[in-house]
Amino acid sequence: MSGFDGTLLDESDATVRVRFVVNGRKVACEVAPRETLVDCLRNALELTGTHAGCEMGACGACLVQLDGRAVHSCLMFAVQADGATIDTIEGLTESGVIADLQAEFHRRNALQCGFCTPGMLVNAHELLSQVAQPSREEIRDALSGNYCRCTGYEAIVDAIDAVAKARSEGGGAT
Amino acid sequence: MKARAFSYFRAATIDQALDAHARAGDDARFIAGGQSLVPALSLRLQAPRLLIDITHIGELRGVSREGGHLRIGALTRHCEMLSEPLIAEFAPLLHAAAPFVAHPAIRNRGTFGGSVALADPASEFPAMTLALDAEIEIAGASGRRRVKADDFFVDLFETALQPGELITAVYVPLFKADQRFAFDELARRRGDYALVGCGIMATCTDDLIDDIRISFFSVGNTPTRAKGAEATLIGSRLDAERIAAAQAALQGDLAPPDSDEVPPAMRLHLARVLLGRLLGRLGEGA
Repeated sequence: MSGFDGTLLDESDATVRVRFVVNGRKVACEVAPRETLVDCLRNALELTGTHAGCEMGACGACLVQLDGRAVHSCLMFAVQADGATIDTIEGLTESGVIADLQAEFHRRNALQCGFCTPGMLVNAHELLSQVAQPSREEIRDALSGNYCRCTGYEAIVDAIDAVAKARSEGGGAT
Repeated sequence: MKARAFSYFRAATIDQALDAHARAGDDARFIAGGQSLVPALSLRLQAPRLLIDITHIGELRGVSREGGHLRIGALTRHCEMLSEPLIAEFAPLLHAAAPFVAHPAIRNRGTFGGSVALADPASEFPAMTLALDAEIEIAGASGRRRVKADDFFVDLFETALQPGELITAVYVPLFKADQRFAFDELARRRGDYALVGCGIMATCTDDLIDDIRISFFSVGNTPTRAKGAEATLIGSRLDAERIAAAQAALQGDLAPPDSDEVPPAMRLHLARVLLGRLLGRLGEGA
């Protein structure tokens, strides 16, 4: 009945095999239970677009999509994600779903060093998939968990605002 | 910033989870959303031998009506408080509080049961269970029991939960036509922990208050009901004089801790300001 094997307690350093679908591809890797998802993505899968910033859920640089929702990859262990579908900035870029956001970030200088940008884009993508025409206030609110130490945020809000308007008019951002 | 090594077990049932906890000699933690637990492990504030993942236990999921209550499964995520129609209809205070809980990505993972179990005194949801007169259902080795929110929060991060017990659901009395609610908080930036926050549930006949529960958070070691303020309002209308009396009563209800950042007098002042605003809204039928 239990399902719990007590010998597990003596194997905290042993790696376990986890499987996910990352950016549309099935992958399996060996992880220690204490390894966070962001470390697994960056080190084992060499997807270094996801950034490890504060590693405590404050800065938003590590956001990825887990089963379609933006989550902090530093706030979960890779073993918890076993069986999940994960999309990182690399996958979102390849699929083209955020191409207009990326172009508008570029056009409006909504990044400087770029460290926060993957997280900003994952978050902006989720916001625009839920709210077609967010107000500037709603955009700022949605970005409240994403730190940018370069831009002062105005250009980022401008870029997301412009893409929201362009999408709802059925065209690309200008 | 890396957690100490631990073993990981994904439980399929509540019994499996409880059993694993016991067999680890209670040197274990249950993990659901993990939005507070993972940083605590990374900072090595906690270092259990075993992490028991409860997110795949079906019985802990779902929102449903049960008699006069709304049963909110412990694994209900914060974002579901915004999207679930039953919450909006029958527990609108939770719906109103949810946008203030952390940031969107945290709300996608964090769970209601986890927030109540942690009992962070600055969190919105634990305080709202007090305002709602909710009951917390707990599973442990000796079976199931229900604890009133009034009896659940004991001290700083200390609750009625015993080692090895876990929250299965929270039962909230269904919102009724003669009830009103209000929620707000004061924070330096959106998404930050509140300097002071408050949620109110009131039952009214016309504009007369029959019953009211006022719950503050970020004012002390636990979420705190303002019972003196409640007493000044019962049987009254929400006119300027009564609201001022309720604000004055907070002096006896709240004892904010000493802190360099937010002195007790400032926090008490902010609590009075917030209470005045919320009671004003209630008076307008909010």
